[in-house]
Amino acid sequence: MTILLLDNVVKRFGGLVAVNNFSTQLQPGELCALIGPNGSGKTTIFNLISGIYEPTSGKIYFDGLDITGKRPDVIAGLGVARTFQNIRLFKGLDVLGNVLVGQHLRVHSDPFSAMFGLPNYTREERMMREKGMELLEALNLAHLAHEEPSSLPYGQQRKLEIARALATEPRLLLLDEPAAGMNRTESQELMDFILHILDTFELTIFLIEHQMRVVMSICPRIIVIDHGVIIAEGAPADIQNDQRVIEAYLGVGDYASG
Amino acid sequence: MTTIQTQEQRGERRFGLTRNRILTVASLILFIGFLIWAQNNLDPYKLRILNLCAIYAIFAVTFNLIFGFTGQLSLGHAGFAAVGAYTAALLTMSVAQKQANFFLEPLVPLLANVEWPFLPAILVGGVLAALTGLLIGWPALRLRGDYLAIATLGFSEIIRVICVNWQNVTNGSLGLKGIPGHTNLYWSWGWAIITIFVVKKLVDSSYGRALKAIRDDEIAAEALGIHLARHKILAFTLSSFFVGVGGALLANLISTIDPKVFMFFLAYQIVGITVMGGMGSLTGSVVAAVLYTVFLEVLRPIESPFSIGPINVPGIPGMRMVLFSILLLLVILFYQKGLFGGKEFSWDGLFAIGGKIRARFARASVPPATPPANLKEE
Amino acid sequence: MSFSLFMQHLANGVSLGSLYALIAIGYTMVYGILRLINFAHGDIVMVGAYVAFYGIAMFLLPWWISFPLAIVLTILLGVIIERAAYKPLREVPRFQLFTSAVAVSFLLENLAIVVFSGRPKAFPRPPFMDQTFTLGGVRIVSYTPLIIISALLLFGLLTLFIHRTKVGMAMRALSKDIETTGLMGVDTDRVIMLAFAIGSALAAVGGVLWAIKFPQINPLMGVLPGLKAFIAAVLGGIGNITGAMIGGFLLGIVEIMIVAFFPDLAGYRDAFAYTILILVLLFRPTGIMGEVEPEKV
Repeated sequence: MTILLLDNVVKRFGGLVAVNNFSTQLQPGELCALIGPNGSGKTTIFNLISGIYEPTSGKIYFDGLDITGKRPDVIAGLGVARTFQNIRLFKGLDVLGNVLVGQHLRVHSDPFSAMFGLPNYTREERMMREKGMELLEALNLAHLAHEEPSSLPYGQQRKLEIARALATEPRLLLLDEPAAGMNRTESQELMDFILHILDTFELTIFLIEHQMRVVMSICPRIIVIDHGVIIAEGAPADIQNDQRVIEAYLGVGDYASG
Repeated sequence: MTTIQTQEQRGERRFGLTRNRILTVASLILFIGFLIWAQNNLDPYKLRILNLCAIYAIFAVTFNLIFGFTGQLSLGHAGFAAVGAYTAALLTMSVAQKQANFFLEPLVPLLANVEWPFLPAILVGGVLAALTGLLIGWPALRLRGDYLAIATLGFSEIIRVICVNWQNVTNGSLGLKGIPGHTNLYWSWGWAIITIFVVKKLVDSSYGRALKAIRDDEIAAEALGIHLARHKILAFTLSSFFVGVGGALLANLISTIDPKVFMFFLAYQIVGITVMGGMGSLTGSVVAAVLYTVFLEVLRPIESPFSIGPINVPGIPGMRMVLFSILLLLVILFYQKGLFGGKEFSWDGLFAIGGKIRARFARASVPPATPPANLKEE
Repeated sequence: MSFSLFMQHLANGVSLGSLYALIAIGYTMVYGILRLINFAHGDIVMVGAYVAFYGIAMFLLPWWISFPLAIVLTILLGVIIERAAYKPLREVPRFQLFTSAVAVSFLLENLAIVVFSGRPKAFPRPPFMDQTFTLGGVRIVSYTPLIIISALLLFGLLTLFIHRTKVGMAMRALSKDIETTGLMGVDTDRVIMLAFAIGSALAAVGGVLWAIKFPQINPLMGVLPGLKAFIAAVLGGIGNITGAMIGGFLLGIVEIMIVAFFPDLAGYRDAFAYTILILVLLFRPTGIMGEVEPEKV
């Protein structure tokens, strides 16, 4: 059963067509990459899926449910989580705090119980903290629990943002250029990390990446877009040799060197 | 299920919690003792100042909840205070007093013949203010930063305009005189402590974290499933309730209110106090509120003529506010963190400072040692 | 209502609207570039009026020296405020900039109370602005057409400046994309300073003309007009100068007409503007002439 379906999605900003008749399906458990040159509309597609933008036309379905134009928090509640190109961590909260925010959407107790410190709330808070620490441990971040996010090295900040997204217990995870600004070693570590969470948590991962080399090794399926239109789709080997893809990346790609 | 705390840490935390709890309860008891002593021994002037401190603390703490913790600059505080103040005043004033006040146009019968005790009047004032907050917040909180500020200022002024014109309920620009002086230290500081307690508990909870997330990055917060409007309205309505309570306490303290008391100036003062105390620090808000009220009183003499030796200085009315606004601007430009930054008072923090001071004294009294021989090998 | 009375109200509304428009332009120019509501703008209007007042009343300067002097000093004030209180906060989180604007406004009002005294003063209206004449059965005082013509003239000049000069183009560019324009070699600081200067100059003109129309001045006289002018700017489409003019005129006319037709509501006249603001922000936040700005994620 398809977990994500985009059906002829179009997004126009005034006269500019950012996304043009984009259609695709993702199956549960898939690890799929969306790549393309800068400005090709990748993040716009993520914004459409996660609800930040509403499609000009077309439909988006998550696990059979029509989520077209729904609010971002509603979509997150249904099981779609995402990270951002520019890391958006909460600077006023520590590492554990950031992860706990991710858990907030599933909180049962009402605000009054929290305000008056009622036992049902204190119990839930304790469980949330335990769960949060467990998540951090599983991702090797537990030792940083009380650090300020801004004091972390870039790679750890990325992992934290992903951890926070995982705290919402998603079934679909959208990662927007997670390897941005990383060198080869860091990107490799990150890719291993992504493979690790794909197995550990029951996830489908949709991944945007600008650098092809990074995703070639781990993603079985790659969608290539340029100017909002899909120009190629398939396994890494097919993509690598596709003429249109090569043209789109002319001057930018070092993918040939693998 | 794993826990990362070591045996030692767990033991320490349990012990620390008990020690902290005991300290908190003890200081609370001491504070209540102080209130009892003060209420019975200080002159009305000093009591008035202490009461005002509590009321401004309530205003500052609630503003910090909306602005420091949720990141919404609302300038509507004066309006909510007005709602609470007028409600409580009209409910607690005696029938005779009301008749004397409403000579231009009689008060509506619903209110003319009632005289309520203080507690229900305060509660109704708070609830009405909260409802006003809900009404205003629902449209206004969908707006972005600066627009929200202007919109809430506008709403606050609408409330004031209504107070000026609703002759048969608020007595218009004549205001209300002879409001019973129910407010004493137990009422004002009692409510202040309740406000601080409730706000602190909220801020430390998951809801508080959601509010801070909204403050730090709305888009990311929404992407994590946080319903922005609902949470902002929660903070806003809760705030408005306690601001209404503060207004009610104010009315029954100063005994005379009119629409001018609730001009936007009040909102600006509250912004100033909270910013100076430190956005995101409840401790800072309380301390700043107390300091503000006290200094305002202490500096009162400079507004009447006084003499330095042979020189006669004519009093400059309004000078205190000028000094306050200059100070505020300086804090915003050069010391944005305010007094307490984002930190709260904690017993652990206090002991930590004590430890550091002790360590520094210990180092100073030890004579400089000769460097050990093995250092030279490094 | 008789035709002549209606026309009188209309003239009144248009002249009030001209004042709102002049003040609104200042708000909209600053907002267009810095995305900042200059809370202190209304107080700058007040300063303009007071400088003109002191020029005439205390220094006994003729109005044709006092008024330009007021404009010059108000420009100076506007530029100082920008340099001292806004420029240093350009890089920090937005809410600090708002608080600074609020603080500046607070400071100006308190300073005015101390320096000018809180008691209202009577503004001396130059005699030629005080002539009443009749035009087609309608009684008009000479300052009314003066105010309207001044507003339109200044608007025309400003529009020419924005669209025909290089600096004007720089301003338009900055309001579209401040970062990129800065990278293109435009001296951002200079242009922003100029925007504040122009806005303050218009505020001063607005303040002086306001004092002529409503000759009682007090330290808080700028707050309400400032707020309403801002609402006019939002109504017309914030960031758009033509919008500010249109919004200003609309607001002035509506305010006068509602009171003219429903005199019982006179006490609530200030509340109309706020109501309009809330309606606009809820239903058409971009205003009459505004364009939507998508936020980059």
